[in-house]
Amino acid sequence: MAEPAIVFREVHKWFGALHVLRDVSLSVASGEVIVVCGPSGSGKSTLIRCVNALEKVQQGEIVVLGEPITRPGVDLSRLRTRVGMVFQSFNLFPHMTALRNVMLAPMKVRGLRAAEAEEIARALLARVRIPEKAEHYPASLSGGQQQRVAIARALAMQPRIMLFDEPTSALDPEMINEVLEVMTDLARDGMTMMVVTHEMGFARRVAHRVAFMDEGRVVEEAPPQEFFAAARSERAREFLSKILSH
Amino acid sequence: MNDQFEWSVLWSGQSGQWLLSGLLTTLRLSALAWVLAAILGVAAGALRTAPVRPLRILATAYVEFFRNVPLLVWMFFWYFGVPPLLPRPAQDWLFAHGAEFWAAVCALGVYHGARMSEVIRSGIRAIPRTQLEAAVATGLTTLQAYRLVILPIALRLIVPPATSESLNLLKNSSVALTISVAELTFQTRQIETYTARAIEALTAGTLIYLGLCVSIATVMGWVERRVAIPGLIAPGR
Repeated sequence: MAEPAIVFREVHKWFGALHVLRDVSLSVASGEVIVVCGPSGSGKSTLIRCVNALEKVQQGEIVVLGEPITRPGVDLSRLRTRVGMVFQSFNLFPHMTALRNVMLAPMKVRGLRAAEAEEIARALLARVRIPEKAEHYPASLSGGQQQRVAIARALAMQPRIMLFDEPTSALDPEMINEVLEVMTDLARDGMTMMVVTHEMGFARRVAHRVAFMDEGRVVEEAPPQEFFAAARSERAREFLSKILSH
Repeated sequence: MNDQFEWSVLWSGQSGQWLLSGLLTTLRLSALAWVLAAILGVAAGALRTAPVRPLRILATAYVEFFRNVPLLVWMFFWYFGVPPLLPRPAQDWLFAHGAEFWAAVCALGVYHGARMSEVIRSGIRAIPRTQLEAAVATGLTTLQAYRLVILPIALRLIVPPATSESLNLLKNSSVALTISVAELTFQTRQIETYTARAIEALTAGTLIYLGLCVSIATVMGWVERRVAIPGLIAPGR
């Protein structure tokens, strides 16, 4: 694999006095799927929110697709069209239909005409397997359907990287799989993905690498087989025993 | 009983004409002031939640300054205080074109803009922060995210309190009689002066205000149902 898609170099971040990222260095290759896991409060969401600059870091450097994004004067809009993001709480625009949700950014950021944007949006809704819900408002969709619209919305800008911040944590168990399947398709298509999740089955099947975080540090990174079979750190083994036991 | 009231004073002589012209002035004054209040209210309400501190301070200063001084004082301020500060040609133009009317538009619009901004701010604050993040994460700028996502949601949420505030504005337009704007209350008092029929004149004024307010509330109720966000608690009918 050539140049890495994302590089963190000695990154530190504080929320006031709270030191939430401590000396994080991590590199994600182009086309790689990396699952970030760890106990709550370990900094994993904060870490991926730094990639599209929803969070600013105070120290260290982050390079995304060859561009340092931690320097002043970065074009945030351009960065965010290249890095899509999916949130735990879906956050669809409630006053727009599913189709309009997906069309908005291509029209307003890229300046596409409505007809072009609609064509792209319908194709993406088909790709996330809900073409028939195009005219529905978010409130009339199930959680799993909303999250798939959110994925289509993020893909509409043709990003090179996708960030997933606990995409299935707010879902009923029977809807988790429909979202994970769409994510698995994306991974198979070669998308670079950074996924914060507790779905260890997904990590095992789809991830190329697992990064385990604790107290703001990346404590361990390893291919999933290795990580699940024999985590090196005591903290990771303890974490795994807790979440795999149920 | 019958000779106690003499309702015909309301349509005999010039009364009818006065009432009609008062009604039209009230409507024109309220409509212009409402537009000004809506623009200032949306701008200040949005800026008070903006991620830029100096803008927040500016908007807060506007709101606290204008809503915490009585409307009557603002009427006098805009009528007696502001014109002398303007250049001579502007003053001449103003006094040739009803300075008191424009002073009343400014007083009402700026005062109610400050109050309206609080209503709009409360609507914006009802939206989770992650909604804004989701919008900018697609590449929209913060300004676009406000214009296309945050404000359209907030404005739909605040139709009921914004209606109350609009009705307040309409009723407060009567304060303009203190700087001799010939609006509805001014005209009912004129009828009273000419006919010595206080009850009849006040009744006419009251019924017209009541009719106006109920009509506006009805229209806004319809607007509320039309623009309601699907899935939120259904509006009462």
